[in-house]
Amino acid sequence: MPHPETWLQVRPEGLWCEPGGFFVDPVEPVQRAVITHAHADHARPGHGAVLASAETLAIMEVRMGEGRAGRARQAPNWGEVLTLGDVKLWLQPAGHVLGSAQVAIEHRGSRVVVSGDYKRVADPTCLPFEPIPCDVFVTEATFGLPVFRHPDPAAEIRTLLDSVALFPTRTHVVGCYALGKCQRLIRLIREAGWDGPLYLHGALLPVCRAYEAMGVPLGDLRPATASAKAELAGAIVLAPPSAIADRWARRLADPVVCLASGWMRVRQRAKAKGIELPLVISDHADWDELCATMTDVDAPEIWVTHGREEALIHAAAAQGRIGRPLRLIGYGDEEEGEGAPLVPEPVTGP
Amino acid sequence: MIAFAALLERLALTPGRLAKIALLRRFFETEPDPDRGIGLAALTGELAFSAAKPGLIRALAESRTDPVLFAWSYDYVGDLAETVALMWPERRVNLPPPLLADVVAALAATPKADLPDLVATWLDASPVPVRLAILKLITGALRVGASVRLAKIALAELSGGSVAADDIEEVWHGLSPPYEALFAWLEGRGPRPDPADAPVFRPPMLAHPLEAADLASLDFGRFVAEWKWDGIRVQLVSTPGGRRLYSRGAEDISAAFPEIVERMSFDAVLDGELLVLRDGVVAPFAELQQRLNRKSPTARMMAEYPVQVRLYDILFERGEDLRVLPFSERRARLERFHDRETPSGLDLSELIDSPDLATLSLLRDGARAASIEGLMLKRRDSPYVPGRPKGLWWKWKRDPLSVDAVLMYAQRGHGRRSSYYSDYTFGLWRETEAGGEELVPVGKAYSGFTDAELVVLDRWIRNHTTKRFGPVREVEHDPQVGIVLEIAFDAAQRSTRHKSGVAMRFPRVGRLRLDKKPQDADRLETLLRGIV
Repeated sequence: MPHPETWLQVRPEGLWCEPGGFFVDPVEPVQRAVITHAHADHARPGHGAVLASAETLAIMEVRMGEGRAGRARQAPNWGEVLTLGDVKLWLQPAGHVLGSAQVAIEHRGSRVVVSGDYKRVADPTCLPFEPIPCDVFVTEATFGLPVFRHPDPAAEIRTLLDSVALFPTRTHVVGCYALGKCQRLIRLIREAGWDGPLYLHGALLPVCRAYEAMGVPLGDLRPATASAKAELAGAIVLAPPSAIADRWARRLADPVVCLASGWMRVRQRAKAKGIELPLVISDHADWDELCATMTDVDAPEIWVTHGREEALIHAAAAQGRIGRPLRLIGYGDEEEGEGAPLVPEPVTGP
Repeated sequence: MIAFAALLERLALTPGRLAKIALLRRFFETEPDPDRGIGLAALTGELAFSAAKPGLIRALAESRTDPVLFAWSYDYVGDLAETVALMWPERRVNLPPPLLADVVAALAATPKADLPDLVATWLDASPVPVRLAILKLITGALRVGASVRLAKIALAELSGGSVAADDIEEVWHGLSPPYEALFAWLEGRGPRPDPADAPVFRPPMLAHPLEAADLASLDFGRFVAEWKWDGIRVQLVSTPGGRRLYSRGAEDISAAFPEIVERMSFDAVLDGELLVLRDGVVAPFAELQQRLNRKSPTARMMAEYPVQVRLYDILFERGEDLRVLPFSERRARLERFHDRETPSGLDLSELIDSPDLATLSLLRDGARAASIEGLMLKRRDSPYVPGRPKGLWWKWKRDPLSVDAVLMYAQRGHGRRSSYYSDYTFGLWRETEAGGEELVPVGKAYSGFTDAELVVLDRWIRNHTTKRFGPVREVEHDPQVGIVLEIAFDAAQRSTRHKSGVAMRFPRVGRLRLDKKPQDADRLETLLRGIV
């Protein structure tokens, strides 16, 4: 039984499965790509054949433009086993964003699961993560330190709505990433009983429309740019993190600057970014989830792709597993939208 | 303790004054006694714990966490209490988080040896923000992002307008935690707490700045004038109940100036200016600053920077409230008091009687000593009214000095200005050792410009950034391309702590000199020559 490190390797383009003839989440254009989810650092344009969940492919089209999400596209059902070259492959939900998948790969009796980005807590906008027992678990470690423990997101939303009630003449502008975080926040706000309008920066609208088309209702959404300042007093506005404290935000009424991110757990990070109301809501596994997932999939080997790998490898060792860093380059800090290209906001109104 | 912890967290991140008041008010409105009173004491610095040392917290953390992970986490977070609060292992315990009042009471009653177990029990029962508040509280590192004054304004709002913040000020220093009598008074359930003989602070009377427009309508015959000294305004309170030296903002600064308090062997409340004085000559403010930076001074500091108080006014004498009297009568009482008591280290502010505009203008423009800010004009019949009543007292600052400087670096402001580059570092020209010309930074300005000028500066800075250092942008500043700012300032002093060798007092932007090129800006020597 060949060890997975003989058939799954890191190349400059990304993680390469030689017997299957494909890359997983390649950072450069390749012939055949398997894509875990549609965030810009995992899903790049310009590939030949792309295999991903139907939702991921749909969102890639929305973000990249028609026809740029791969010349040939294949969207298997969840759990549908395909044969690619000398490997068997299937997708299972990863619970990160709508359409996000883990990639299970079997070759000559051994099984590797590439988690992509994932989380374990319930998310009303996507299917939950399903642990798959495996020999090698390839995991992210964005929040791979025990200081990162995400609180109950419903409680964070209550904090936001409580602040809206306390400051009824101010706009609460919430920084959130355009894909996933934005729609999850909207659902959470709806579940907390807020069914009035929510105002959106133009860069957030296209993905919201795509979510709605795929069966995630988001309620009354309005473009913030087209709204008068008076209308935005007491309103909740969602915008990309790069916009909340910059010139764009000047149209808002005495804004309370909020940011929804797992990084907001650390007060100094909130302070340094000038965030008045941090909301600790993340689409990545926190430390406890990362550790619990290693146990759930019970893999003797843990490969860590990106984030704080040294601490997670240390924790893997404490569980009696072998951990090693994969040192994949190019996966960024998607949480805060830094370095990721933003869709420029369409110019509407004054 | 949940509400208190949440309040601390928001105050720390909220830049706006009104928003802070709203947060404080809601806390006082919704928390029950005695927790809100204990919270108030913690916010105003009345609870000074140092029950636990950081070593105790570290030992606790090591007993519950993996040392390698702890070290990495501490390295990442950078703050011991926060690291422990965040990574403390969650245990399912059937206990609610402790109440603030219970924590405070237990800390006072618990022997040191039992402290670790007690703290661990609290941490087990608490969510992250409460854990952090507990750890900060017991190590005495509770930094609150709100002033004591803001807390009093929020308290006044509780009364629905019947009690003003200044009314609270007058009883404040006679109260003690958990302030139940204060809350009862504010909520209309009890009488005004009687401070009796306690050495309470009296809100000071402040002056309006005199503008050119006011000058014409002023009847100088009704006024007396005094020098406006550049020290800090203080209130000396000495009653049978005790002695206190207060800053203008009601902060008790007695411990920082023990030599003043020692000499207050009288029964009166006095208003004056704290100054560093040597052989009758007032030293520049920077010297007083050396003393202000210290909670309690060393003998050497006291000898090196000898302080005195120059008396402006008398508010109470032997329990008698003199504030209703006109200024001229209070002044007479002050002079009699001074003749009788001859207190050492307290002298009388010189009066310039029946001034006319010409004499005053001459005096004001002639005053170039760094220790004089300008003139005060006080109407003879003015009672001592807390706050800033219009028309009674005027401050007539001398015209500021100014230099034309070149904008070198810019940083975004806070709060409302967080999207604007509104903090400016500016420089002046000097010769380099190699014989060339260079700009050397001489100061920072955050104010003085109009909103329209801010928009111009912000746009220019964004379009002319040459380098970024975190939040700071370096902008173009060569002889031909750059922004010239006319910088107004009150005084310049030599300083060894600044690269330029000079420190400016209260620099602000006078106006934009878009008509000038950086090569036309002033030289460092010009500024140095102006130092008296």
